[in-house]
Amino acid sequence: METMLHISTLHYMVLSAALFLLGVIGVLTRRNVVIVLMSIELILNAVNLNLVAFSHYWQGIQGPGALHGQVFAIFVITDAAAEAAVGLGILIAFFRNKETINVDEVNLLKW
Amino acid sequence: MNPVATPFFFYLLSGTMLIGGILVITRKNAVHSALALIAALLAQAGIYLMLYAPFVAGVQIILYAGGIMVLFLFVIMLVNLERAQKERQFNKQWVVGLAAAAALGGLFIAVYTKGKAMFPDRAMPSGLEGQNTQKVGELLYGQYMFAFEIASLLLLVAIIGAVVMAKKRI
Amino acid sequence: MHEFIQYVQSYLDSKLTPGAAGNVFWATIYILLVFVGLSVAVIAMNWLERKILAHMQVRLGPMRVGPHGLLQPIADALKLLLKEDIIPAEADGLVFWIAPFIVVLAAFTVFVVVPFGPTHAITDMNIGILFMLGVSSLSVLGIVMAGWASNSHYPLIGALRSSAQMVSYEVAMGLAVVSAILMTSLHGAGLYGAGVASAGDSGTLSMIGIVQAQQEQGVWFVFKFFPLGLVAFFIFAIAMVAETNRAPFDLPEAESELTAGFHTEYSGFRWSLFFLAEYSAMIAVSSIAVTLWLGGWLRPFPNLLHGSVWDLVFNLFPGITFLFLAAMCFYNTARMPKHPYFKIQTMGLAGFGALLGLIGLVMFVPAVFVRVQDIYWFAIKVAAFMYLYIWYRGTFPRYRFDQLMKVGWKILLPLGLGLLILTALMGMRAELWHWAASL
Repeated sequence: METMLHISTLHYMVLSAALFLLGVIGVLTRRNVVIVLMSIELILNAVNLNLVAFSHYWQGIQGPGALHGQVFAIFVITDAAAEAAVGLGILIAFFRNKETINVDEVNLLKW
Repeated sequence: MNPVATPFFFYLLSGTMLIGGILVITRKNAVHSALALIAALLAQAGIYLMLYAPFVAGVQIILYAGGIMVLFLFVIMLVNLERAQKERQFNKQWVVGLAAAAALGGLFIAVYTKGKAMFPDRAMPSGLEGQNTQKVGELLYGQYMFAFEIASLLLLVAIIGAVVMAKKRI
Repeated sequence: MHEFIQYVQSYLDSKLTPGAAGNVFWATIYILLVFVGLSVAVIAMNWLERKILAHMQVRLGPMRVGPHGLLQPIADALKLLLKEDIIPAEADGLVFWIAPFIVVLAAFTVFVVVPFGPTHAITDMNIGILFMLGVSSLSVLGIVMAGWASNSHYPLIGALRSSAQMVSYEVAMGLAVVSAILMTSLHGAGLYGAGVASAGDSGTLSMIGIVQAQQEQGVWFVFKFFPLGLVAFFIFAIAMVAETNRAPFDLPEAESELTAGFHTEYSGFRWSLFFLAEYSAMIAVSSIAVTLWLGGWLRPFPNLLHGSVWDLVFNLFPGITFLFLAAMCFYNTARMPKHPYFKIQTMGLAGFGALLGLIGLVMFVPAVFVRVQDIYWFAIKVAAFMYLYIWYRGTFPRYRFDQLMKVGWKILLPLGLGLLILTALMGMRAELWHWAASL
């Protein structure tokens, strides 16, 4: 109970791992492209949470200036925005061609 | 300022995030998934505030919840998903996918149980949230200036890419 | 019980906001006060909009329900609450139900950081302005959801247009805000004072900090680096009107174009939530404009007209305002028709005038006007913005959608960028001059 009540870095790491797993399951098992892209966003968020939790941990050791984790998280968010934009652009282009948004129907190159 | 009721807020916000995550990957209706993801992202912003990262929380709310999710909702509205809702939702290889995810989960559990002793608790310095934005700014424009410029180049490429991909005739 | 009273009293002479002091009781009290104040303001805005618009169009507006239509908002609220709740047949139930709540949530949460005085805010977040911009961008989500869930083409097109408009003008707003934030990091007092902060002392994103920077520099940011602050203020003023979907940028909800756009299928209480959220968002973005450019809670001319006499004159303004309103009420009471049918209305108006006069007299007591000063000046400036909103609605024709997007992207955005660069150059001119001279 004591471990449950005192929130430490490990709690945040476990939460981040759980979200990462949910995102991985979403990417691997869903057919709808939009939901796959949203699962990728879940994965990136899990990574961000881990980074910020560690930045908090290092602030306890090195003082208030150890914010490298947060800066990295900001870059990851920027990256996620760029990737979502391009991914959705590709989705629109593909939908215009094939009129479907299921991942397993993207099989024009299959022998 | 002393934190108030940290365990309560942590479990509340992390519960919201996990439930949101589960709803994202299991809903048939893509709009419901998007709403669940928005709830998860806002809860994550709350967790960032608990971790004394107000600037990242603000960026998360503006960019992720207010920007990327609006983009997702636009595309969901433009792409007609009515037919997709009635089809089979999960892949043919969902068993393999779940097995792979379970293996990954096992790996995480093994690493965390072995490495639990590596993170002893320390007392946090006070007044952390007062100068957060300033310090993030100092790092971003000092040590990570090059990465910052590359990120802006990346955004330029993404803009051009998105415009080109969505055009009817290039 | 005794320590509860201790807890409550420990805040009373602190110099921090309740959020910063960690005092949950007072934070709740402040939240309730802001909520009540906001509701009263929205009700007043409803009446004011109809009357002022009517008078601008040389007609009278509501006159029947209560003296000069003063009870009209209450009648409207009653009607909306009692109306039948119609949901379209194929509408997505959950999303249709949630959408108005998200818009209201976004509009109301913004007020957590709005500073009515140096300690009169619910909390003073380190990222105050970023929080406000971010949370107000969440209302786009509610609008998109409302349009989509209605399962009908007018709301869908209205929602798409409205969200595209809001997202475009958020960029212009953000740039104007950044150039105001840039000015907070300068030290030099006066209109063109530069003087970059030394290491360790920097600009700030917190709303209270921005107003305090204006106080230190002795100039409202709207006049700083004239005309740069003024142009930034204009960019923000235009973008905020577009952000809240108000005339002349109200194509997405115009009755003649899209049969009320994204809230076409909403009736009764749900529609009133959208309407509440729209007015709250107007007050919220006006608060941002007032805090960033017009000096927040600072009274006009604190340096030019200083000294205890001028202080007393400006301190009397709240009382004078209320007495002026009471005088207008009494004047209109005298002008009421002398028919027995109007007896109740005349008495009501006289009573309202007496109430306003009483508040005005209370505001002349020194203990009261010292405390009320900051809130009064802030409220007066926001009220001026509300009047401007109504004035725009009565004056300008509506923008067509492509013209609207053109203004947002091709005119305001480059202007905002150029302004940001110019503000930075003006702020750093001493350092740049030294560097150029040393070459």
